[in-house]
Amino acid sequence: MKNLNIYIKEKKMKSEIENEMKLEFISKSANEAFARITVAAFASQLDPTIEELADIKTAVSEAVTNCIIHGYDKKQGIVKIFARLKENEILIEISDKGKGIENIDIAKEPLYTTKPNLERSGMGFTIMESFMDEVDVESVVGLGTKVTMRKVIKNKLENEESDDEFEMITKE
Amino acid sequence: MESKFYEEDKLLIFRITDEIDDFSVQKIRRRADYDIERYMPRKVIFDFNRVTFMDSAGIGLIIGRYKFAKMLGSTVELSNLTSSIKKIFEMSGILRLIPITNLEDEKYINKIG
Ligand SMILES: Nc1ncnc2c1ncn2[C@@H]1O[C@H](COP(=O)(O)OP(=O)(O)OP(=O)(O)O)[C@@H](O)[C@H]1O
Ligand SMILES: [Mg+2]
Repeated sequence: MKNLNIYIKEKKMKSEIENEMKLEFISKSANEAFARITVAAFASQLDPTIEELADIKTAVSEAVTNCIIHGYDKKQGIVKIFARLKENEILIEISDKGKGIENIDIAKEPLYTTKPNLERSGMGFTIMESFMDEVDVESVVGLGTKVTMRKVIKNKLENEESDDEFEMITKE
Repeated sequence: MESKFYEEDKLLIFRITDEIDDFSVQKIRRRADYDIERYMPRKVIFDFNRVTFMDSAGIGLIIGRYKFAKMLGSTVELSNLTSSIKKIFEMSGILRLIPITNLEDEKYINKIG
């Protein structure tokens, strides 16, 4: 009986949650809040905890800010976001067609920044890595940068104790 | 952001009311530096009670104010950090220089109500 219950939960979850979205906007810092709130609203379909949602917002804000202030550096360009929900995981790609990163390993190091005069602290990548489960950076100098992040939303399974569907089936 | 200066104790309290990111931080920075220079406090406390979001821009903001205040002979402390904000500050290592205080403490409540 217990196994059947779990099977139904998983089946329901897999069939229900599969979704994608795209977002494009001009590289203005006024759009940072818009971007992180939009991705968070999309992610909320996975029933994340408040903390998981805060983690996603922060990581998105870091990646988007980097596109705007480093990638495009005062010039205007387009920042693109692609997000996919699958089962209990969110994947987020954030990319620019800006100047690119010469050495990704160095750029990712804590406290490394090329803009200390603007009161940047060099903690953006470190924050993304600690708030998401996986962060991957691809970049070509002169062509642009793409950051791909994944996070498993753990809340989903734990919060599905009252399962209406299961009760209906047992009654039949 | 609201600020209040307590003359007797030379204490300057900033209550940040915005989300802190690269966009909002410029306004907060300008206002904070203006008030620090104007009041010449002995101690500056940033109250995060009403901050619903902060990213790495907040680290630069606080380090910058710490340096500026120090130059003018003042110290900086932080109050009411949410767990997520605290995590960000901890990662950056700045809590070794800038202590966390509690504005809900009696020593403050009696003074500032
Ligand atoms: N999209 C991008 N395009 C070009 N360079 C980038 C991009 N993202 C990051 N970088 C480079 O990597 C460095 C480190 O980025 P990171 O986000 O960790 O720190 P920061 O942005 O400099 O400071 P902080 O995020 O703490 O305010 C940047 O200083 C910049 O040189
Ligand atoms: Mg950054």
